[in-house]
Amino acid sequence: MATAKSKAEKEYDDIPGTFVFDAERSRQGYHLNMFCMSLMKAENRKAFKENEAKYLDKFPLTPEQREAILKREYNRMLELGGNIYFTAKLGATDGHAFQHLAAVMTGSSQQAYADMMLNGGRSVEGNRSKSGGDQPKPAKAKAGKPTSKSKGKKRG
Amino acid sequence: MARIIAGVSSSHVPAIGAAIDNHRTNEPYWQRVFRGFERSKEWIAKAKPDVVIGVYNDHASAFSVEIIPTFALGTATEFGIADEGWGPRPVPVVKGHPELASHIAQSVILDEFDLTLCNKMEVDHGLTVPLNLMFGSPQEWPCPVIPLAVNVVQFPPPTGNRCFNLGRAIRKAVESYPEDLKVVIFGTGGMSHQISGPRAGLINSKFDHAFLDNLTKNPKKLAQMSHMEYMREAGAEGVEMVMWLIMRGALDEQVDEIYRFYTVPASNTAVGHIILENRRRVAGKAKPSPASKKPAAKIKRAAAGQKVHRIRS
Repeated sequence: MATAKSKAEKEYDDIPGTFVFDAERSRQGYHLNMFCMSLMKAENRKAFKENEAKYLDKFPLTPEQREAILKREYNRMLELGGNIYFTAKLGATDGHAFQHLAAVMTGSSQQAYADMMLNGGRSVEGNRSKSGGDQPKPAKAKAGKPTSKSKGKKRG
Repeated sequence: MARIIAGVSSSHVPAIGAAIDNHRTNEPYWQRVFRGFERSKEWIAKAKPDVVIGVYNDHASAFSVEIIPTFALGTATEFGIADEGWGPRPVPVVKGHPELASHIAQSVILDEFDLTLCNKMEVDHGLTVPLNLMFGSPQEWPCPVIPLAVNVVQFPPPTGNRCFNLGRAIRKAVESYPEDLKVVIFGTGGMSHQISGPRAGLINSKFDHAFLDNLTKNPKKLAQMSHMEYMREAGAEGVEMVMWLIMRGALDEQVDEIYRFYTVPASNTAVGHIILENRRRVAGKAKPSPASKKPAAKIKRAAAGQKVHRIRS
């Protein structure tokens, strides 16, 4: 059951709402991330802010990556190979606190997101797995909860 | 002879650094976090390490996506503070201990851990925030720090087991260093958190408490935990807790838990902190036994239990 394109199915694709930054995404997002990396220099931040489109011309981005950057679509950037530690530099260049980005990625307002965190964060219950509701994939019976109350012994 | 006397683990949330740098530590939100480290500062002032080995991860500061070393040991005389996008943090330059670092490098590489060695490397909040939490904000850090950067940015990071065993190799290296040095090893990062994608904000306190319990009592069990399990249970970025196992591997099988602190949240993250002391205070008494199969579960909690201070907020 292959997922998109040539991408081999990865076990971690089963984790909901998560783009795991692996070697494949790293290759795919190389220029996107290197663009973000360039924003660590003040003069580059200035040049980018003055003319975003022109600045982006310096990087061989795909049209999709370019659009995601210009529109500040943070989840899309991750999907196209961006890594959060890199895309956070774009957020910082815009003058946003990280929680702004987190709110954008989770589709909530910054206040609602901050409140969720103050109330203990997003629960893992119901957020473990796409395939099996709250349970790990059946094929991997050993991958139970790691908590002390779990029955799951890790070495089967 | 050098010896590792204790291990310290702590989250290295960048927002904690920002709170320090922007003088916001007295705000109630941040007081809750910083109060948890008051005892730790007292402890380390008494412990007076001669050297700290700081295990942390770089956050696209020294390493971009061009080169991704799994383990990078800093062998330089000093390490500059990285500009993470808003200017370098106003903290002292990190002075290294090139002699001990080179000795560790030689020893662990011959022990088959293929480190990358860095004679020039800037360090970011991953290293400097835990230094602040333990030492406050002095003009100079009170002792040399050997940075050990672990890749946890691009999947896969090293396994917990590999990290644990690297810790053992580091301990062996330290104990074969002739100078009489007291070394404390920091394992940083975590605890549960996810900062990317629609699932951002994930926190799993139950997981974190179990992790802390096992870190003291049964680290070999933790060493077997898969990356999938970390990511599923503790968030995509929670996998960085493997770095705590390098610290733990460098300690005795049996340790005393001196102190523990846990709070949610600091920005997007659960903050966890633990101090573990070796019982064996004199180096060389017990041989580190890489192949030991003794169950760590035998550890008696009592000795540690009486002394341990726990704060939860």
